[in-house]
Amino acid sequence: MKGSLIIIGFFILGIICGVTDLIPAEALEGNVSLYALCALMFCVGVSIGNDPDSISSFKQLPRRLTLLPIATILGTWAALVIVNLLLDFRTTQQCYAVGSGFGYYSLSSIFITKYMGVELGTLALLTNVARELLTLLAAPFLVKFFGPLSLISAGGATTMDTVLPSVIRYSGKQYAILSIYQGFVVDFSVPFMVTFFCTI
Amino acid sequence: MFIVIAMMFSGIAFGYLMRRYRFTHISKATIFFIWVLLFVLGVEVGGNPNIIRSLHTLGVEAIFIAGMSILGSAIAAMLLWKSVKKHEEKERKNER
Repeated sequence: MKGSLIIIGFFILGIICGVTDLIPAEALEGNVSLYALCALMFCVGVSIGNDPDSISSFKQLPRRLTLLPIATILGTWAALVIVNLLLDFRTTQQCYAVGSGFGYYSLSSIFITKYMGVELGTLALLTNVARELLTLLAAPFLVKFFGPLSLISAGGATTMDTVLPSVIRYSGKQYAILSIYQGFVVDFSVPFMVTFFCTI
Repeated sequence: MFIVIAMMFSGIAFGYLMRRYRFTHISKATIFFIWVLLFVLGVEVGGNPNIIRSLHTLGVEAIFIAGMSILGSAIAAMLLWKSVKKHEEKERKNER
């Protein structure tokens, strides 16, 4: 919980720096976050490769858990039915396009801005950033009330990078590779799902 | 995208080859880069006047959609978890 709050603290600090123009957004144009992401994924890889237990404990998990990404996607889509009913000023197509970002804010917001305009693109960015931040905040509660898989599912596409340390901490070390696998599958599905809902 | 995945696999290879040495500080480095990522994301959001202007309306909507999505996925994962547990118990009984 404290770790998640610090992460969100850095996000808020970033917003403050951006709003006050302390650090102009142009100074960071794309590359810094790519380098940070590369470095992060390298560290994630090292911690997996360096720990022989992580692979052997993954092999002991039941085979059926490979269905987790499908559960994630279907669960979100089921929830979007309710979202669609309550937000009657949004079309079904808009709700599903925004919701199918699964926390992959950078890509989904670019796609949705292109197909549906700036307002929806901004909503997609905020929704998917919120999904990541809320997952981090709710991590211990999710595991407590819905079991160890729920945290991985809630994180959507972010479970192979930013949410991974929380998964290791709250769900358990044996779920690290499942978490990476789920993030990987959802990550690859996001561009197809978002384009599909934008163009139907 | 592919470069990011490639970085992870080269990390796995590096970690595996160096498995005689325990990298005890790697989780600290991981957290540090998550901080950098979220900070940069914050600067990008904060530096975009369109986003900041619509934050009070779109923000609420975003939290609602995200919260519901998390809940939906969590429930689906819980159902999968229960079915896996049930399946395991059945197998255990069959083994006896």
